[in-house]
Amino acid sequence: MTYELKYKQYSERAILVAWPSRIDKNILEDVLLFKNSIKIKKDKVIVQITSTYNSLLIFYTSTIKDVYSEISALRSIYETCGVAENLQNHLWEIPVCYEDELSPDLLSFCNQKKLSVDEFVALHTAPTYQVYFIGFLPGFLYLGGLDPKLHFPRKQTPNLKVEKGSVAIGGQQTGIYPSNSPGGWHVVGKTPVELFDKDRRPPCFIQPGDQIKYVAISLEQYGDIFTKIKKGTYDLKSVKL
Amino acid sequence: MRSTITILKPGLFTSIQDLGRFGYSEYGVPVSGAMDQYAMQLSNTLLDNLKNDAVLEWTLLPPVLQFNDTAKISLTGASLFPMLNNKVIKYSAVMEVQKGDVLSFKPCRNLVYGYVGILNGFQSPDVLNSKSFYNGITEIPSCQKNTILPFKTLKDLTSTATRVIPQLDEEQDGVIHVFPGPEFDQLSKSQQQKLMTSKFTIGQTRSRMGIQLQEKLDNDLSGIITSPVLPGTVQLTPDGTLVVLMRDAQTTGGYPRVLQLSEKAINTIAQTPSGTQLEFELQQF
Repeated sequence: MTYELKYKQYSERAILVAWPSRIDKNILEDVLLFKNSIKIKKDKVIVQITSTYNSLLIFYTSTIKDVYSEISALRSIYETCGVAENLQNHLWEIPVCYEDELSPDLLSFCNQKKLSVDEFVALHTAPTYQVYFIGFLPGFLYLGGLDPKLHFPRKQTPNLKVEKGSVAIGGQQTGIYPSNSPGGWHVVGKTPVELFDKDRRPPCFIQPGDQIKYVAISLEQYGDIFTKIKKGTYDLKSVKL
Repeated sequence: MRSTITILKPGLFTSIQDLGRFGYSEYGVPVSGAMDQYAMQLSNTLLDNLKNDAVLEWTLLPPVLQFNDTAKISLTGASLFPMLNNKVIKYSAVMEVQKGDVLSFKPCRNLVYGYVGILNGFQSPDVLNSKSFYNGITEIPSCQKNTILPFKTLKDLTSTATRVIPQLDEEQDGVIHVFPGPEFDQLSKSQQQKLMTSKFTIGQTRSRMGIQLQEKLDNDLSGIITSPVLPGTVQLTPDGTLVVLMRDAQTTGGYPRVLQLSEKAINTIAQTPSGTQLEFELQQF
């Protein structure tokens, strides 16, 4: 492993591990490998691990009595943690309908960016987006890879209700609202796919380290997939990375 | 036997809470749990319940509850002025109520959260290993008029989990014990000093997600790349407002994390009314 990590006690029951502060796929891979190894080796004393771009927050079952010995245990796990092949990641195709009825802000977005809707859809569906972590709302994916031509400041006044499944752009990011929520991003499309299901284990089928691609679908296809998802007969397309 | 309580009046953000939902922060699921876990655990201890048994929590404005079956309950936190069938009764930490009884409360002005514990705990469904209400996770985010809450009358003798007497909160009035947060060192010496010596007032903007403090701190820090946070994390927002994250806080945030409250201090600040002044006292682990 090549990074100089900082270990710091965060609360009576938590230790923070920090990588250099930047958004970088190599750091992400290292973060996730370490997270996996900790989960395997310290299963009993750790209740949860939050991962972000460059951090792990490790939460223990009880008050940490000797932080130095915990940190040295973590260091030795880091030194021996596996190679990238241990991460089983997928590329998911997320169907998105960009038609007017389901994309309330798309026309104004395109007008202000001086793009046609077709140009917009081409730019939005071209990249393979990297899933860095899940935060903000249960099942909300932090994605990297939005084309700079589509960067656009958030709304001055957030909407009180953005519908579940809304595909949106805010600042340099694009994301999918996994549940109804207030939100200040521009809604440019909608997916029928359920990103968070409390009855599924794990509740998110997309994991940090995975990648996604948006695939444009018609309103009719949206309805068709929506029905299949409700019946439990829809299989999302994915390939192993 | 399945017994029930009917919520006649919901009060303000009345919800079922246990010690929280752990194991799902990596999917963006907040921890949740009782705002004042000292009062919540005390309620369970008084009933000889397990420490994670679910209680009913209410906020400032108490609910009115109708018992559809006989029950043994305990009242802690702000629930100090109970009324049974519209008559003021002497406060007793543990009491038995009869089928048909209606329990209500006079609001208590020096605390925020009240707790009603019940023998064996409330039996609303577990979702992701916790009964704590949270929008989009449990069926409802808070109790409404006519919400039915299940409990069971027979003592469950098969449980073997340990019972723990909660530690008494020994903090002085108005003192909130904190540890330095990950970005504390990025503050200038004078900002650090101001943070540790000034008095801060609890603002009106507060919820289960967080509490805003009224006084601002000059802030020239830039944001951080979105990073993990916990209940008790104090964020410094771009306009200098300090926000204390509470039990329903998001799992990640992009503002500098300048302080982290001790676990006891999270309970203390939860119960401190808006308008009260407090000061931070820095501790090391």
